[in-house]
Amino acid sequence: MTRIAIFDFGAGNLFSLHQSLHRNGAQTVDIIRTLDGLEKYDGLVLPGVGNFDSAISSMQKDAVMLNTAVNDGLPILGICLGLEMLFNKSEEGILDGLKVLEGEVLMLPRKRVKVPHMGWNNLRIVMTDSNLLKGIPQDSWVYFVHSYHIEPNDEKLVAATTDYGSKLPVVVERSNLFGTQFHPEKSGKIGAQIMKNFVNVCEKNE
Amino acid sequence: MPLSKRIIPCLDVDNGRVVKGVKFRGVKDAGDPVELAKKYSDQGADELVFLDITASKQDREIMKSMVKKVASVIDIPFTVGGGIKTLADAREILLNGADKVSINTASVKNPELVTELMKIFGRQCVVVAIDVKRNYGIHDKHNATSGPDKDYYFEVMIYGGSKGTGIDAIQWAKKVEELGAGEILLTSIDADGTKNGYDIELTNTICNNVRIPVIASGGCGSTEHMVEVFNKTDVDAVLAASIFHYDKLTLEKVKINLARKGIQTRL
Repeated sequence: MTRIAIFDFGAGNLFSLHQSLHRNGAQTVDIIRTLDGLEKYDGLVLPGVGNFDSAISSMQKDAVMLNTAVNDGLPILGICLGLEMLFNKSEEGILDGLKVLEGEVLMLPRKRVKVPHMGWNNLRIVMTDSNLLKGIPQDSWVYFVHSYHIEPNDEKLVAATTDYGSKLPVVVERSNLFGTQFHPEKSGKIGAQIMKNFVNVCEKNE
Repeated sequence: MPLSKRIIPCLDVDNGRVVKGVKFRGVKDAGDPVELAKKYSDQGADELVFLDITASKQDREIMKSMVKKVASVIDIPFTVGGGIKTLADAREILLNGADKVSINTASVKNPELVTELMKIFGRQCVVVAIDVKRNYGIHDKHNATSGPDKDYYFEVMIYGGSKGTGIDAIQWAKKVEELGAGEILLTSIDADGTKNGYDIELTNTICNNVRIPVIASGGCGSTEHMVEVFNKTDVDAVLAASIFHYDKLTLEKVKINLARKGIQTRL
């Protein structure tokens, strides 16, 4: 029985994400506001709603526990903001990021492209043995809504990119730590497959 | 590669049912919103828009439960509009699973609402719907944006298109971008219901004056009309209602036709 927790930053709609995890194989999906008791779960999702500083504030006291969970290999999926938070810092806020991954988060280039980057764009998969992108065809369409983008120091983390003004890293993967700049829970059948892949990783970890 | 162009079916909802009618005349039942949402989503719709056309008090409860049911069955983004007047109205819709709220009259009456929504939920949740009609009256003060050679200006209309505001649509579009809108849903009242095609002049003018995505609405009668507006303007998405009802045309067919004409969509 796969149990997955969604961390609530207190910033809005988690209903779609909750439903998506259920539809794609998770038996129990709980919304949590603290990482106390995280050991009950087979995976953790950091959702993509809210803004950087308030999300970081809501997690600050749990930062150590999060780092421990990452090191222990708990499957974690950061979506959009939930991915951006994992880095050192962001141009969206003044607080430090969670520093799980090295790198920073920058504003999209307003002069060259419309911001937010909103709509369906293609995935260029660069990590051929990605677990999160297993079975996902090259150039698949996924749904983006974001104004900031990640800039990881280590290129080897990048599992897929997309073109928007420049080549943006949009999927990262390091063992059981995953992140997507787009919203898999809103990306139709392709997104559903990505959610299934994550749930499968959680199941193995059970 | 640029973003794909989005095709967005619009469902008018009255008392929990999808209805289709021409301007309040002969409103016809077109089905269950949850079933239609699932069907359009499975067929390849890029997003969905639900407009609550009655928006009475008891209707808000029905809408809330509909939003929840829709969010349980589809995995594409959806917007809910119609009768959203306050922050509380918007919050209720968003917390029940909608990805975006569309506000129209309320944004004109209370522009701070746009900013408040943006601050709490993020710009991407805030769609400002602008209904526009050409006004051939006195418009000296609008010449700067509509052009001195024109004998009309684009006027923002409210209350379902029934009331003029005297506000120039170009200035208003720029203003809502500043206020915090993430997207503009632009309806041409002149074109709406005609099935003669989107309002190219209006769409082009607004797209050239804002940096946020614009959705064209009003006048679509065929795939050709979508091709035309995508080719002649910088618009990001099109809204269409009647062509998808009663299975006259499926999303798949529309997208295949668009692809043949060189328009990039998600297939």
